Amino acid sequence: MSALPDLDALPVLPTDKEGPVFKEPWEAQAFAMTVKLYEAGHFTWKEWADYLAAEIAAARDRGEPDTGETYYTYWLTALERIATDKGLTTAADLSDRKDAWDRAAKATPHGEPILLDRIARGADGA
Amino acid sequence: MTGHDHQHDSSLSPTELRVKALESLLTEKGLVDPAALDILIETYENKVGPRNGARVVARAWTDPDYKKRLLEDGSSAIAELGYTGRQGEDMVVLENTPSVHNLVVCTLCSCYPWPVLGLPPVWYKAAPYRSRAVIDPRGVMAEFGLVLDDDVEVRVWDSTAELRYLVLPERPAGTDGMSEEALAELVTRDSMIGTGLALQPK
Repeated sequence: MSALPDLDALPVLPTDKEGPVFKEPWEAQAFAMTVKLYEAGHFTWKEWADYLAAEIAAARDRGEPDTGETYYTYWLTALERIATDKGLTTAADLSDRKDAWDRAAKATPHGEPILLDRIARGADGA
Repeated sequence: MTGHDHQHDSSLSPTELRVKALESLLTEKGLVDPAALDILIETYENKVGPRNGARVVARAWTDPDYKKRLLEDGSSAIAELGYTGRQGEDMVVLENTPSVHNLVVCTLCSCYPWPVLGLPPVWYKAAPYRSRAVIDPRGVMAEFGLVLDDDVEVRVWDSTAELRYLVLPERPAGTDGMSEEALAELVTRDSMIGTGLALQPK
């Protein structure tokens, strides 16, 4: 596989000397998807850095405090944008799928895996 | 067995929903592979969490006052070392003794003490562990190579979004005089979940 992306190309990736730091699983998922799509050649790391930087700049323009708390939120928005712009998915598909996961999660008792087909099978999962 | 039931549903935050939507769509198109994502994450996050927890444990092993505070009020004592949760969840520290062994499970992957252990390992999120840890804790531990004497009581603790558990493993024999830093190297992630013991000094 290709070398790891040049993380230094990014503006303020929250890292320490040993690598990126994630606070919640979704941050790591968003990070990992980005790296994998990059490795597969769907975009260059420079393109990605531009998308991410644009989101961070937009947030700054909105007056949001630029803290580590919100960093991966910008990352996720940038990932959605670049995936859409590159034709990997569409905004409509993302929106529909998000609603589907929401219904599935709410129909899932705590402790059971959240499955998209739970809705189709009925909320009791039987 | 488990401390309590929690019956709330599994609502995901708007951000989590966006990530799941993206991941599931990309997976269906063969653009990403969830297993490969997990491997990548493990690679990146190895240092993130467990070392924090190891420092907490090593401090407790070397400082009786700290240990007392840790067992009385886990959240505050852990925060003393600079590790705090983002969601206000309470941390409870469970002490292993020669007669009691604690094992932590959660039926959802979100219930994990991130500030001290980082991201949960894949097996912790997997259905087999989540279901079997409660039903057959000794069998699960045996699969991790951990076999306890029959007279050791096994307690299984079910985490929730509001309450996270950290196991304080027993300090290994033969570690008298070791520095806190050296002791922390003996503390594995699994020993703080309860699927392992602290390492023996080399």
